Amino acid sequence: MIVIRNARILGGEPRDILIANGLISEIGAGLGGDTVIEADGLIALPGLVDLHTHLREPGREDAETVETGTRAAAMGGFTAVHAMANTSPVADTAGVVEQVWRRGQEAGHCDVHPVGAVTSGLEGKHLAELGAMADSQARVRVFSDDGKCVSDAVLMRRALEYVKAFDGVVAQHAQEPRLTEGAQLNEGEVSGRLGLTGWPAVAEEAIIARDCLLAAHVGSRLHVCHVSTAGSVEIIRWAKSKGWNVTAEVTPHHLLLTDSCAEASPVGPYNPIYKVNPPLRTQEDVTALREALADGTIDCVATDHAPHPVEDKETEWAAAAMGMIGLETALSVVQEAMVETGLLDWAGVADRMSVRPARIGRLSGQGLPLEVGAPANITLYDPAVRTPVDPTAMVSRSRNTPYEGLTLPGRVVATILRGRPTVLDGKLV
Amino acid sequence: MKHLISAGDLSRDEALLILDTAEELARVSERSIKKLPTLRGRTVVNLFFEDSTRTRISFEAAAKRLSADVINFSAKGSSVSKGESLKDTALTLEAMGADAVVIRHGASGAPHRLANWVRGSVLNAGDGTHEHPTQALLDAFSMRQRLGRLEGLKVAIVGDVLHSRVARSNVLLLSTLGAEVTLVAPPTLLPVSVERWPCQVSYDLDAVLPKADVVMMLRVQLERMNAAYFPSAREYSRRYGLDRDRFAKLHDDAIVMHPGPMNRGMEISAEVADSPRSTIVEQVGNGVTVRMAALYLLIGGENQ
Repeated sequence: MIVIRNARILGGEPRDILIANGLISEIGAGLGGDTVIEADGLIALPGLVDLHTHLREPGREDAETVETGTRAAAMGGFTAVHAMANTSPVADTAGVVEQVWRRGQEAGHCDVHPVGAVTSGLEGKHLAELGAMADSQARVRVFSDDGKCVSDAVLMRRALEYVKAFDGVVAQHAQEPRLTEGAQLNEGEVSGRLGLTGWPAVAEEAIIARDCLLAAHVGSRLHVCHVSTAGSVEIIRWAKSKGWNVTAEVTPHHLLLTDSCAEASPVGPYNPIYKVNPPLRTQEDVTALREALADGTIDCVATDHAPHPVEDKETEWAAAAMGMIGLETALSVVQEAMVETGLLDWAGVADRMSVRPARIGRLSGQGLPLEVGAPANITLYDPAVRTPVDPTAMVSRSRNTPYEGLTLPGRVVATILRGRPTVLDGKLV
Repeated sequence: MKHLISAGDLSRDEALLILDTAEELARVSERSIKKLPTLRGRTVVNLFFEDSTRTRISFEAAAKRLSADVINFSAKGSSVSKGESLKDTALTLEAMGADAVVIRHGASGAPHRLANWVRGSVLNAGDGTHEHPTQALLDAFSMRQRLGRLEGLKVAIVGDVLHSRVARSNVLLLSTLGAEVTLVAPPTLLPVSVERWPCQVSYDLDAVLPKADVVMMLRVQLERMNAAYFPSAREYSRRYGLDRDRFAKLHDDAIVMHPGPMNRGMEISAEVADSPRSTIVEQVGNGVTVRMAALYLLIGGENQ
């Protein structure tokens, strides 16, 4: 029996939480247990759930593995992650998703829910065997060609329809391919000055608008990955106002950073540490995304943790890989962007980083309120400290964090997965 | 000045210093023995990842006239073509003790990246669709030589601004030096947000020409046509080419420039290119003197 002493559940008054048999067995004052975790001043949140993680295994074990990626997740306060399908081989069969799922079980740092590819080989030509993945041990419910857009309207329609049979959801990487050939950076003032091929907002917004209409037409569930523009927010707000079944995520980096990082930053201009897809946008977009996350138009935060080896970033901008790691800094960035600004309280953070992503992914034992009888998936977080981001201290196999040189608030002190600590005193157990 | 990567990094005084130094060095080019001992013992590496014979030989001539040792490093047939990274190439040059690296690269920002990995000065000889600052300096030099001033000059830059490093560097430098730049192009060949640049923008060449003191024609690449930036070479030429009729609209002292290489008959007619008011050949000669000035000011100091 573990007792957590004086934890502020969702930022409320200090309480003791007693854990037995993987469940929360009692919440109160002066509780005793075999193992005591002192949590004075710490916030208790339901274990965080990430809808969008690249674990890179199989195929790019030089960048990340299920083992190292889920360690990073645990260090970031996550008790469940969704592993994206763009591995090598692609997670487009029951065999591959089961392998990833099993590796997650063996690693044991957090739950790993594989995302299945929508189309075979992410090629956008034929549907992958979605039903087989859904029926596999991995019980896939989220399907995505992330990294690539399902740009063919008929194929997207069929995928949206097909997954209804098992309550699945298609998570779309919204990027009109012709409008973004060779695209490097948000198309705007900065890309024009830097002479980098622009990635226009309309290339995201046009696909989101189309997909919302398709989802409405066939009565399906659509999830929009990494929303990055103010215009996308408007379209999703409109779709939700119609009562359509559309959900959306935003990444921590799109809540904090702008395309100006490519021009002026602590690490010099044209540093591809800031190269990501969709690209960093403008301050107006950041403001709109924060407001949309606060008012619930955007349902959740998802990291899009995208590890890359050093050599794929120590290059000229155009040659560099797209993506940034984010699991270990997500909660700190959300505190900085949403809590310190007064846009979300801790209950709101729990809703956007645990409750809603778990619901979208149809996870049964995650994202539940910290109440007696619930699985003991708990993140203990110290919001009072501020520390400089140190890439070398991270446990991910990769180091491509865009926050080096920044000082961010907060620190995950402990992560508990069904009653078993995966992180204690800020260290892996 | 440590590097010369963007024309936007130059203050007005620094830009004028380069032009004035170039003017002094131009006199050397008129002598029978064109060589100065200024950079004796210094090493200049020409690191060219794109073919550009004219820019490379211009930098080579500039360095040699200042008695520097010149190493030409072309990406073709070197370790780069076998997949060596820019960083490893940079470390190799660093180990050879390059005092200055002149880089031409197809990726915008490559000189900025290179500057992180070498101790020597980095001179941008054209990076992707970003900048080409020595071209802008030699253009400004040529304008001042012909027209006697830069302050208040009305300069029209015509053509594929979107993909032009020459246009970006010229807008930045000329606005610093007090000239008034108007970019003229079909809307498809202008960057979005170009209205925030320190210049005017027009889609109508005929309206701009009568007021211009300088008309700078940019090279238009035919592959842009295939990407639907404009319907056909003929239509482009009709709307944005500088032919005899348009040339006649210029006032008598106005000059015509082109950074080369030209598409005669496309953006500029042969007649106009070869007219006495064209500075195209002078620009090439001025390129050497301006690059001498840049090299001298960057690595000619005593305590290098």
